[in-house]
Order: sequence, then structure tokens, then C-alpha cells
Amino acid sequence: MLSSEEREEIEREFAHYPTKEAVCIDAMKIVQRRRGWISDESLQDIAGLLGMSVDEVDGVASFYNLIFRKPVGRHVIMICDSVSCWIMGYEKLRTQLTSRLGIKMGETTPDGRFTLLPIVCLGACDHAPVMMIDNETHRDLDPEKIDAVLEKYT
Amino acid sequence: MTKIFVDGRPFDVPENQSMLQACLTLGFDLPYFCWHPALGSVGACRQCAVKQYRDEKDSRGRIVMSCMTPVAEGVRISIRDAESVSFRAAVIEGLMQSHPHDCPVCDEGGECHLQDMTVMTGHAYRRYRFSKRTFRNQNLGPLVNHEMNRCIQCYRCVRYYREYAGGHDLKEFVLRNLVYFGRQNDGVLENEFAGNLVEICPTGVFTDKTLKQHYTRKWDLQLAPSVCVHCGIGCNTSPGERYGTLRRIVNRYNGEVNGYFLCDRGRFGYEFVNSPERLRQPRLQKGGQGETADGPVALVHARKLLDGGKVIGIGSPRASLEANFALRTLVGQERFFAGVEDEEHRLTARMLEILRSGLARSPSLGEIEKADAVLVLGEDVTQTAPRMALSLRQSVRQQPFELVDKLQIPRWLDHAAREAVQDAKGPFFVAAPHPTKLDDVAAATYRASPDDLARLGFAVAHAIDSSAPDVPQLTDGVRALAGRIAEALKNAKRPLVVSGPSLKCEALIQAAANVAWALCRAGKPAALSFTAPECNTLGLGLMAARPLGEAQQALKSGEADTIVILENDLYRRAPREQVDALLASARHLIVLDYLETSTTHKAEVVFPSAPFAECEGTFISNEGRAQRAFQVYVPEGGIRAAWQWLRDLLIASGANGAAAWQGVDDVLKTLAGSLPAFSAVPQAAPSAAFRMAGEKVAREPHRYSGRTAMHANINVSEPKPPDDPESPLSFSMEGVSEQPPPALIPFFWSPGWNSIQSVNKFQQEIAGPLRGGDPGVRVIEPAKPTEPDGPAGPDGNARADFLGAPPAVFEPQPDRVLLVPIYHVFGSDETSQRAPAIRELTPKPYVALDSEAARRFGLNDGDLAEVAVNGAVERLPVKVRDGMAAGVAGLPVGLPGIENCRLPAWARITRP
Repeated sequence: MLSSEEREEIEREFAHYPTKEAVCIDAMKIVQRRRGWISDESLQDIAGLLGMSVDEVDGVASFYNLIFRKPVGRHVIMICDSVSCWIMGYEKLRTQLTSRLGIKMGETTPDGRFTLLPIVCLGACDHAPVMMIDNETHRDLDPEKIDAVLEKYT
Repeated sequence: MTKIFVDGRPFDVPENQSMLQACLTLGFDLPYFCWHPALGSVGACRQCAVKQYRDEKDSRGRIVMSCMTPVAEGVRISIRDAESVSFRAAVIEGLMQSHPHDCPVCDEGGECHLQDMTVMTGHAYRRYRFSKRTFRNQNLGPLVNHEMNRCIQCYRCVRYYREYAGGHDLKEFVLRNLVYFGRQNDGVLENEFAGNLVEICPTGVFTDKTLKQHYTRKWDLQLAPSVCVHCGIGCNTSPGERYGTLRRIVNRYNGEVNGYFLCDRGRFGYEFVNSPERLRQPRLQKGGQGETADGPVALVHARKLLDGGKVIGIGSPRASLEANFALRTLVGQERFFAGVEDEEHRLTARMLEILRSGLARSPSLGEIEKADAVLVLGEDVTQTAPRMALSLRQSVRQQPFELVDKLQIPRWLDHAAREAVQDAKGPFFVAAPHPTKLDDVAAATYRASPDDLARLGFAVAHAIDSSAPDVPQLTDGVRALAGRIAEALKNAKRPLVVSGPSLKCEALIQAAANVAWALCRAGKPAALSFTAPECNTLGLGLMAARPLGEAQQALKSGEADTIVILENDLYRRAPREQVDALLASARHLIVLDYLETSTTHKAEVVFPSAPFAECEGTFISNEGRAQRAFQVYVPEGGIRAAWQWLRDLLIASGANGAAAWQGVDDVLKTLAGSLPAFSAVPQAAPSAAFRMAGEKVAREPHRYSGRTAMHANINVSEPKPPDDPESPLSFSMEGVSEQPPPALIPFFWSPGWNSIQSVNKFQQEIAGPLRGGDPGVRVIEPAKPTEPDGPAGPDGNARADFLGAPPAVFEPQPDRVLLVPIYHVFGSDETSQRAPAIRELTPKPYVALDSEAARRFGLNDGDLAEVAVNGAVERLPVKVRDGMAAGVAGLPVGLPGIENCRLPAWARITRP
């Protein structure tokens, strides 16, 4: 069940678009902001609210890599693996991260603190290698800086 | 016509098409995946690349996608150009990276468009040595099998399913090389036309799950041109047989009728032919016990029963013209009764009269698809004439196409055209007692009782032509809606009215005719389409049979004492007590049928007749098109065509004229000679004497394997293939190597084109008529007016005077509901419901109530309700179905358990 705040916030978006279906991405962002991810149940609720089939909503959800269809940790680390970052030492960064967190790419730490995901380009090649945690971009990284960065997130 | 140059050679081709379509029409082998003649071009797969040149001096050219390039004067392309050839091979190689090497175990193998295109481009050696992406498959229900690893991401499935068929539960998921086509979760595909995915998919992602139960390669099937028997539309099919059982049905293209698509009832309903409940030997009732007998013994016995000469015959709307006519000949015109409910019989006669004497023509499905304003009056088309619903769904694109034309976007440029019109739809109105599956494309819907629906129809007719009867006591809302519908129909170029007998309401049929005629009188070429409940409803209707209700009288009065029933379960036609009384008052009962029914159980003599795939027969569709279904294979046991049993009874009874009936040609000749309505019927297909270069048409592909060995367990000597003196087809792989005439095409195949897409090679132009014209002959045409505004009358002149009068306003009752019939594509048809896959999808009996009515009766969804109707009380679970008309409830008809219930009828619904 969507909360009444979620429902209201989604319904407010309707005014901005000619059709309800067009609100699909916004609706999922609204729900994900509150719950961290889009469960099958949320998918159904959103579909019902927008007059779409659940298949149609999942088609959109699964297309976008920032809509999460599995639970994620309290903080999502997205480490850039595209070419500039790779040249500038992405692999070392990744090794450091996975060993510090004790998880592989795509996994969540057992304490639910971090989820580690790859991403293709954060638009900061001049500061490569970069990663993003939640909405914050961390630039000019090297393995030594990782611990200090992670500490900020509890 | 426009001149184009392909590899330097000039060709004249029609305008308004893509280069790909033009090249295929010209007979070039140009590979493609994402394009489909019914879906248009999206330019996604890059497979149909060709080189285009600026002018004749340009030798460099540039690569273009032929499906996205319009035909235009002087356009020069090259298919053979080396760069385009290697481009196309590279595209295939890319697609094949993730395609498994599983052709030997793939159901599509041997009729796979991907195989054909791969061979065509010459990609014969795989260089990719790494692991392939794999997926989990879904269970999509009993009809369609899912194997995602084979997918080449052409997107045809979702384009067909969502954009063409209007489904919502099939979608593409994820992205990149992980694109997945399926449902959000495992589950039965909801669309009634999902089976077409089997043919739309260019490879083996979607395959026929019923075929999987008894798999046979296409080249090992024996096939014949046939006609679907599961509703009145008459879609053309190719059923395939091996080892004496029917293995599957595929679409047989007919540009005027079914085009490229079938409904799932028609595609998957065939398995009733393989049912263990088939009758395979004649059976005699002796001392309460059934005993099988040989044909000659049964014939002698039956002849004795007929000796008294006081015999009546009951025909059948699911039996062929030949069988019905043979019975009519056996018992005499005066003693031939229609084997349908009397009300249905009356309505059929009324519809025929309207179509034959009126102004409006009954359209083919091809014409329905092109209608630009539609009123559906009292039919749930998706359930009663499924394939028509798919055509109606396309009709809403017609008016928005005008915008597409204005923007100079070719109509075939599919996504550009859809993008331009967004959600705009042409005027399409559905008036029905409950929500229907076409409501989603309707500009407006109207839910009311049958009488009120008819009143809307009358009001529309009156709004178009004030000389049509006016409707008293009309509410402002309905009058406004009628005005809106009238306006839309009047402003259309090709308006269409659809109605039918499903609600058993004559006023509805009259109202529909009035609307169409009012339009005709205003100079519009309006079309009028009636659905027909069964495959030969109109054929039987044209035979001037007496109503079934009079049969009881005939027996009571001593006019007759023996009944011959042709392929008909009377217990589905009339209430049990009435049928019991009818059968009990007969001294002797002879039944011909192919399946065991409640009626065959009562028979003194049962003759096992042949269903559609086991004999030849001619059927008249709702359009009024006579079409021939040819025999696919020779059945085992004592099975024969019903008309053959009846002919032998005729001969045994001394009617020597019948001895001349050697094949259906002879029966049809007599029929055409004795009843003028059928005079054109013999032209539905070439006669048995037809030969090409002295040869017959082979039912088996020339690669048919194992013929010498397949019966070796019985006898090591290869048996002689059965003769077929009755048709121009042979039970063999030997036959004419050219393309046969359209009515005789058993299957589509052409060198290099093994998949169903080989139909390209059989068409005059792509998506146009078959070479030689689409099969079938129309036998029902409106009478021509003698003068433009000519006088009316049943004497061969078109009548233009309006019919009937609007019924009184429907008054909902507080303590009762009007129970109307609800039809189900899976379940309401007698024969297909006996196919296991269809049975799985057939709903259990229920009573449908609006939530308001449910509350009033203190019932919830799933509760058991007592339904008192027609003097009987049934206990049925409640299905709350919102949007039912006020005062109306629904009962599904024809399902096992609710075979006969005369509806509409008033009912009391209570909590037990």
C-alpha cells in the first residue's frame, strides 16, 4: 500500500503531464526516495494508480539502473567503471572497496549499510576516478582515501 | 506506379510502400526481422540494408535500410552490392552471438525465419566462441511456450501484442544485451490473440505449446487448406497431421478474411479431433447396450428404421453444406429441421433477409479493418467472433491516418505514424450490456439492457435519417450520445455497423440494419456486419429448414416417428426436458456425429462422422463467403464424412440419384441446382478434376520423411498412399511443383523460405491478395436497387424502408435481474471446449453481478448464489463484474455445466 503522502505526491505530478502513464518514472522515484527500492508490491500499487499494467511499469523500472528492484543498503555506492576512471585506477579503487566492505559488486553489506554498484560515467572525468555515494560525488579518489570517505556514512 | 531500379534493372512498383516491401513483391530475397507486413517498419534490426545511389552516375552510394526507404520515382538501389551483402551478414553474425545452437531440439527448426535469413545472408560459420547470455523462461499458460535464450531482440512480439492486439501483459524488460520479453510474472497471457506470437516471432522464443505435446516438424506434417469451425468468421487455416492425429493449426493467409492472424480458439481448439471421446465405429443400441458394428451392418439396420418413411431430419450449423443438404435430401425438404434454438433460427433468417434484400453490404474482415467509424451494437465481439475484434481494433487507426498523411509520413512507417497521432483514435462506439475487451479503444461506451441498446440504435438511425422511426421517452443523455454516434458515422468515408444474434434480440438487429440503411440512403457506402454463432449458421439458414420447435409437433401428430440428427447435440439447443420429450416420442433415433454427446447416448444407431480435418466440406461464413475445407488425412476406423453415410442411406432406401454423388463436387452441384441461393457455391474451390501439368497438389511437403518406414511396425511393405478421388489434392509428397490456386494451398513454402513468412511468395503484392485472388466466393450480396433511390421490396430490389419499431424502455426491477448471456472465447464453443488446452482456460460456471446488485442481494464475490431462472434453480458462485447495465446480470452460456439456458430471462437471485 502506498502511503497517503506518496499517493498525494504522485498525484501532484499528474498536472505536469498529458497522461498518467507519463508520471511513471517520477512515481517510482517518489516511492524509492521513501523506501529505498521498488518492491513487487509497490510496482502493483503504482500500476494501479497510473492505470497501467504491472508489466508496463516493470518494463520502465527494469530499464533504468537507478530504479532499484531489490532492497539496497542505507547508502548506495556507485563506482564509475568507464574508460577515464579505468585509466586513472578504477580497478584498484574497486579492490579496496570490495575488500573493505567484504562484498562483491552488486551486493549489500550484511549490516545493511552499503550497496556497491557499478555505473558508467558520472560526468567528472577530469577528476577521475570518481564514485558517488547517495547523491554526493567523490572525486580524485585513490585507495587510501576510501576509508575516510566511507566513515562519513553510517 | 513508380519506376525504381534494383541492381540496374527497372521495375514498375506501386507507390506508398517501402523499398523492402517493393523488393519482396518483385520476388527478391531480401532478409528482414523487425519488419512485418501487418506491423510496418521501425528500422530496428538493420537486416534489410541495401545500397542506395543518387543517380546512375553514382557508383559509391550509401547504405540505407530498405524498410525505412520509401519507393519513389527513379530510386536506385542495389541488393547484390558487396558492401551491403557483408553488412547484412555482419548483422546476422551479431544477432547469432547470443542465439543458442539448439536448432535440432527447437520447435521452430525447419520453419524458422532466423534460420532462413541466416542461410540467405551466407553466415555459415560462427566465430564467436564465448559464453552466451541466458535467461529464465516463463510459464505463459497452456497455449504458448517461452524460450527466451533464442531471442534476437527484434521487438516484433511486443509490437504485435501491445500495439496491434491491444494486450498489456507482455513487455520488454531491462536493456542492452539483457533485454527480456515476457510478463512481469509467470502466468497465462491474457490476450485472446496471443497464439499469433508463434508466427510473429521470427525464431523459437514463442512456440505452440499444444504442438509440443505431440511434436512434428513442419516438413513431416500432412496438411490441407481448411477453414476454422469454431465460430462464424471462417478464418482460413492449415491443419497438420502425422500418424493419424492432428498436430497443430497455423494461419492460412487470406487477404480478405483472416490476413496474417487467427484467434487462440481457432489456433488451439483443434485437439477435439484427437479426443478419446471420438466416435470411431458405428454403434447399435441393443437391449440397452451399445454394440459396435461394421458400416454395412449399421447401414442395413438404419435403412430398416427408415423404412416406414416417416422420418424427420435435424440439421446442424456446425455441419457442412454437403452434410446438411444430404440429410435434407434424405428426409425431404418438408421434414428438414434446423438444429438450433428457435429464436436463433428466427434471428438467422432475419439477418439473412436483411443482408440479401437490404442496402448495406456485409463486409469482409479486410474491409472491417478499413472502416473509419464503427458502431458495435449489442455484441461482445471478442468473445463471439474473436478474429473480427482484432480487425475492429485496427479500424480505429483509420481516421488518425489522415493526420499522418497530412504530415507526409508514410503509413507503414509505424512508429513515426503512431508518434504523430499519439493516442488519437477514430470514432468507435460499443453498446453492450457489460464491459467488453474493445472498450479500451472506444470513443464512448453505452451499457444497457438489450432493449435499451436497441433503442440507442433506433435513435442513431433516426438522427441520421428522420424518416426512420423515432424513439419515444429517450433520455437527454442517450439522445446526445445517439446524435454523436450519428454524426461520426455520417462524417465517415466507410462507416460500419456491427451487430448479431448473441443477445437474442430482434430489435437490435433491426436497429443495426436501420442505422446502416439510413447511412446508405444518405449516400454513404455503409457496411453491416452480423456475427454468426457457428461455422455454418448462415449455410444452414439458407436451406429454409423448419424450426426445431415444430419437430415435436411432427412427432406428436404422427407425421413422423423417426429422427435423424446430424452432428448436433440437441441438449445444447433446447432445455433438457424438451429434448428428452422429443427423443422419447420418437420410435427410432439415428445420430451422426464425431464426438460422444448427450444426444449420441440416446441413439439407436450412431454413425461416426468425420470432423473438419477428416473430410471435405463447404461452410458459409458470417460475411456470406462460401469456403471449402479440404480433408487433411484419412482417419482410422469406420469414420466417414456425414454426407457419405447419408448418401449410402439414400441409396439403400432406393434413391438412386444419390449414387451419382461420388464427391462433394457432385453434392454441391445438386445443391446449386436445387437451391438458387447456393448457385455460386461450387466455385469456392477447384473441382476434383483440377490438375496442373497433369498433376494433383501434394498435401505433404516434398521433404516428408519416413514414408517408407513409418508403418513398419505394422507391415514392412510400404502401403500405397490412400487415393483421393474427391479432391484435387493427393495424400502424398508427389504433386505439382508450381504454386497451386489459392483455394488449394495446403501450406506456405518456397525455396529458401521455410517459415510461414513464405506467404510473401504467394501474394500478388505483399499484404495484398493471394495470386489468383483470395479464396472463397461470396454468396450473400445486397440486392441492387433498380434506380439510385429505388423502390423497396423483397422482390429482388433493395429495400430501404426501415424495419421494426423501438422497444419500450427497460425498467430495472428491485427484486429481479434480467439475466443476459455472457460469451467466452474459451468455453462457449461446443467443439473447442473439448480440446484440453482450451478446457484449461475455460471458466467455471458463475453468475456475474454488478457490485451494486451484489450488495442489494447481500452477496460478495465468490459467494454461492441461488439463481432462479426459466423455472429452474441453479447454485452458482458470484463474480462481481463492475460496469454491468443497471438491472442486468450475466450468465456464461455454452460452458460445460451451463449448456442450455434460454437467455435473456428474468431471474431471482438470492443468498441460499
